[in-house]
Amino acid sequence: MKSFVFPEFQIIRDEEKCGQCRGCERQCSFGTHTYDPLTDRLISDDYKCAGCQRCVIFCPKDAIVVRPTQSFYRPNASWSREKIEDLKKQAETGGVILTGCGNDKPFRIYWDHIVLNASQVTNPSIDPLREPMELRTFLGAKPDLMDIDSKGGDVEIKTKISPNLMVETPILFSAMSYGAISYNAFRSLATAAKQSGTFFNTGEGGLPKEMRQEFGKCAIVQVASGRFGIDAEYLNCASAVEIKVGQGAKPGIGGHLPGEKVSLEVAATRMIPVGTDAISPAPHHDIYSIEDLSMLITALKEATNYEKPISVKIAAVHNFAAIGSGIVRAGADIIAIDGLRGGTGAAPKAIRDNVGIPIELAISGLDRRLKNEGIRNRCSIIAAGGIRCSADVIKAIALGADAVYIGSAALIAMGCTLCQKCYTGKCNWGICTQDPRLSGRLNVDIASQRLSNLIHAWSHEISEMLGGMGINALESLRGNRDHLRGVGLHEWELEVLGIKGAGE
Amino acid sequence: MSVTPPTEDKGNGMTGSVEIDAGPLETRELNDQLRDLMLAGIQKVVIRNVCGQRYIGTRLYSPEHRKMEIEIFGTPGNDLAAFLYGHKITVHGNAQDGVGNTMDQGEIVVEGRAGDVLGFSMRGGKIFVRDNCGYRTALHMKEYEDKRPVLVIGGTSQDFMGEYMAGGIVILLDLYGQSHKGNFMGTGMHGGAIYLRGVVEKEQVGGQVEISPLDELDREILDRYVSEFVERFPDLCLSKEEILKDEFVKLAPKSKRPYSKIYAY
Amino acid sequence: MPRIRRELYNKEICACSIFGAMNRDGERFTGKGVMKAIANMHVRGNGLGGGFAAYGIYPEYKDYYAFHLMFTGNSPEAKRSAKIGFDAFLCENFDVVSDDEIPHSDEVVVSDPPLIWRYYVLPRKQGEEALLSDEDYIVKMVMHVNTKIENAHVFSSGKNMGCFKGVGYPEDIGEYFMLDKLYSAYTWTVHGRFPTNTQAWWGGAHPFSLLDTTVVHNGEISSYGTNRWYLEMYGYACTLQTDTEVIAYAVDLLMRRQSIPIEIVAKILAPPIWNSIDRMDEKEKKLLTTLRMVYGSLLMNGPFAIIIGQTGKMIGLTDRIRLRPITAATRGEMFYLSSEEASIRLISPVLDSVWTPNGGEPVVGELNNMRTVL
Repeated sequence: MKSFVFPEFQIIRDEEKCGQCRGCERQCSFGTHTYDPLTDRLISDDYKCAGCQRCVIFCPKDAIVVRPTQSFYRPNASWSREKIEDLKKQAETGGVILTGCGNDKPFRIYWDHIVLNASQVTNPSIDPLREPMELRTFLGAKPDLMDIDSKGGDVEIKTKISPNLMVETPILFSAMSYGAISYNAFRSLATAAKQSGTFFNTGEGGLPKEMRQEFGKCAIVQVASGRFGIDAEYLNCASAVEIKVGQGAKPGIGGHLPGEKVSLEVAATRMIPVGTDAISPAPHHDIYSIEDLSMLITALKEATNYEKPISVKIAAVHNFAAIGSGIVRAGADIIAIDGLRGGTGAAPKAIRDNVGIPIELAISGLDRRLKNEGIRNRCSIIAAGGIRCSADVIKAIALGADAVYIGSAALIAMGCTLCQKCYTGKCNWGICTQDPRLSGRLNVDIASQRLSNLIHAWSHEISEMLGGMGINALESLRGNRDHLRGVGLHEWELEVLGIKGAGE
Repeated sequence: MSVTPPTEDKGNGMTGSVEIDAGPLETRELNDQLRDLMLAGIQKVVIRNVCGQRYIGTRLYSPEHRKMEIEIFGTPGNDLAAFLYGHKITVHGNAQDGVGNTMDQGEIVVEGRAGDVLGFSMRGGKIFVRDNCGYRTALHMKEYEDKRPVLVIGGTSQDFMGEYMAGGIVILLDLYGQSHKGNFMGTGMHGGAIYLRGVVEKEQVGGQVEISPLDELDREILDRYVSEFVERFPDLCLSKEEILKDEFVKLAPKSKRPYSKIYAY
Repeated sequence: MPRIRRELYNKEICACSIFGAMNRDGERFTGKGVMKAIANMHVRGNGLGGGFAAYGIYPEYKDYYAFHLMFTGNSPEAKRSAKIGFDAFLCENFDVVSDDEIPHSDEVVVSDPPLIWRYYVLPRKQGEEALLSDEDYIVKMVMHVNTKIENAHVFSSGKNMGCFKGVGYPEDIGEYFMLDKLYSAYTWTVHGRFPTNTQAWWGGAHPFSLLDTTVVHNGEISSYGTNRWYLEMYGYACTLQTDTEVIAYAVDLLMRRQSIPIEIVAKILAPPIWNSIDRMDEKEKKLLTTLRMVYGSLLMNGPFAIIIGQTGKMIGLTDRIRLRPITAATRGEMFYLSSEEASIRLISPVLDSVWTPNGGEPVVGELNNMRTVL
């Protein structure tokens, strides 16, 4: 069937600059550029281009420009180019439109409508370069009251404390599975986490055996619905275990790693045959109700000798507060909540763009609900789903989160340009692919350095903003919504966020 | 207010010393009187029963650079000698916070302890404190060419001493055996020098600070200012040689631009 | 579901002066000296608030809880009617041994004073309440009155102690309540206020108190939102819109309900920096790390210098980087705390020792023999 769809990107080559080095041909895994020996020219096929910008960055003569094509249809506010062309593709194939990365639709970004406080006159701001500024935080359950015994000068804490994760900065790497991303990308995340005193999340792809000793202590391992790669050693080598119930990009549905991406190593780690599709079912088939979750949490605590905090990751959906409360009462130490803009390697576009709610609106609601029930101490909240900069992190904490997970941001640090073609397995940046030719392009030392740089830079910016608010320890900002104001928000939005409007 | 007869004619008008009873006076009234006395040419004032009055010595700027000697009995309030412009002030007792705040020239002697932010932004002149001082001593002290402030403390200081220091000399003598327990010394230091009699741990000083032994020039500086300190407090019966015999360390900035690498250009 | 109105509270900010004097032998003295001392620091306040806490002032009634009540309202009738509402509640829940209007001097000029009354009471617990300790019962009742009974406000609720406060310079408030003539205490703490919200109200002055814990505070707590929600989970209602309140409740929670000694409480409210903690020995490091991990939400961030009064104790504490000053001094059995040394010298020109404590380290004065007051 002939395709009626236009190319998404246009490639403009400056023929004068082009030296015919064929670098672009080598860089592009989609086969967009081909060398024609007869004319001694590079010929580009716009239809194949994914817009990942790899050839542009790596062209030694800066001869290539790749940009999105404008819509060729008559302007139509309702029938956008994307809507028309997705429809045509479905008519051609009868299939579900797949995509990668996070929600790109113009839902209101609440981060950009929240402003921060600064101290003046009545309270000095603090200079983080010269005075101590503490971002260290603990994730896990804390007791309400402690039984402290003090005789003479000798002080002893009698209460048994639950295991907690200690992070030097409230930024953790979000769950991205080995299989969805390449081995090199996965290892870069682990290396950077170790270097920066934070944690990475293995996602549902397991943790390769050779990485367990070196990186286990900075890993949060996931137990997802497909139960890939889970054995007792996997659970015990890590610092925390996370039950993945849902994720922001595709709430309610499972995952699907196509057989092409299940290489020898991926198969070994996940413990499934090479080349099969790795299907993660929609629900955990042993969790059909909240008491089942409680059972799984306890089972995992037993399996890890009660030495590790257990986290539960959910997507932010309409009744997140009730679910969150239930999860805490079921015994979880950490709740990870992933919002509408969370990323993924592959999801149906309809689900990615339409299901879930923005994380900003969920954090505050969850924090306040837990406080109203008097159970906020029993867990830490990690927020995720489109955190783009240090200001987002600090706003998330002021709204009520203990820490944030970054996924898309980490990938962008490593080179990702959000071209949304992750599901093809042909990532030219070597991130979302299992093709060794492509994943070899990502140098672990360099990529992990980029990630550490990112954490370092954001931590410094957070320190500056905290100091500006007259605070020198992160625990004094958590849930302190006094320091936030909304700009250009409706009354109901201010209520949901629990903040005042600027000027009030 | 009582006037004692002139003792010596120094050739420029009335030169006797004047006494003020500050007991019934508010800050404003006391400083009014001091200014009047300065403008009348008085060169020495003794103030008794001082209790919390602030900014003593601050309102004494004159374009002719008049100089007065002021003796204070009691406890002066905050910001003693703030913006001091060349006078000499002696406190027979303890001082509070803000002594010598942005002082330009002159001398302050405290026969006791001083409080927080001593010598804040000091840009010239000398301060001698017999006992200890509080937090944030010599914060942002400055110097330019030969205009170099000096601060000598007989005891030790609390945290954040020499924060943001950009010039000047601070000497802590630890004469009373307390050892230096302050933390965050010299954070953000980018000029000047701090001399400590005794030792400090690396963890007590800021990342930009280098701890080093003394060289010839340092010894000359110490010799000069320790002598002056000993002279100011004769009742302590100190010996300069005894003091200088012991080990000193110097704290100085590693670089003039300690923060050049933090921005992404 | 009906929309809940957003709470739009305005947090008051407190800059000011504080002073405390204690005789460790338990000998009692009038408020004259501390009134002089706080007047000496007149310039630190702006006349919009002052207050005193005094311990040991009701020896004849020392076994009863002395409630000090403020009845506010637009007119004397409104104030009386608030009192009637409160009296009804009081008689149902307490046995009232005696009550009277707290005497004051009408010659002193203060702005719009409320009707201020004093009751000596014992709890009368009913039903399930019998399971509560006397003190928990009192806290519960006080929170109820202050949130639910209009225009009635309990501002002092301990035994053999009391708070006196209002809108005016502290020395004027002292004269209004005739503290130099009518009362003798072994501990006095005083506060002079410089609020930045001009709609001052009598209840907003310091000290803040709950049972026998009183707090006077100089500074601003930037972690107020965090501290507040944590305390609200334990049943404390932060109604006074002033950040000092959270300190009083935190002290009640930690010292009374969890029996944690003040040295440890100081390490919760003003903990050492992680840098220092990481360098300590294993035992100390584990203790301090656990305290910070569990009680991180009670860390008081922002500049503060506080004086906490309790039966038999007076405690001074500043924030961990000492952004506010406090001077401690002793002379024989007298123990002083002050924002400025000069004020101490005014009432005690000769002192045995004078020092400025380190940030985050409490200075504790205790009675040599508790039996003198119990």
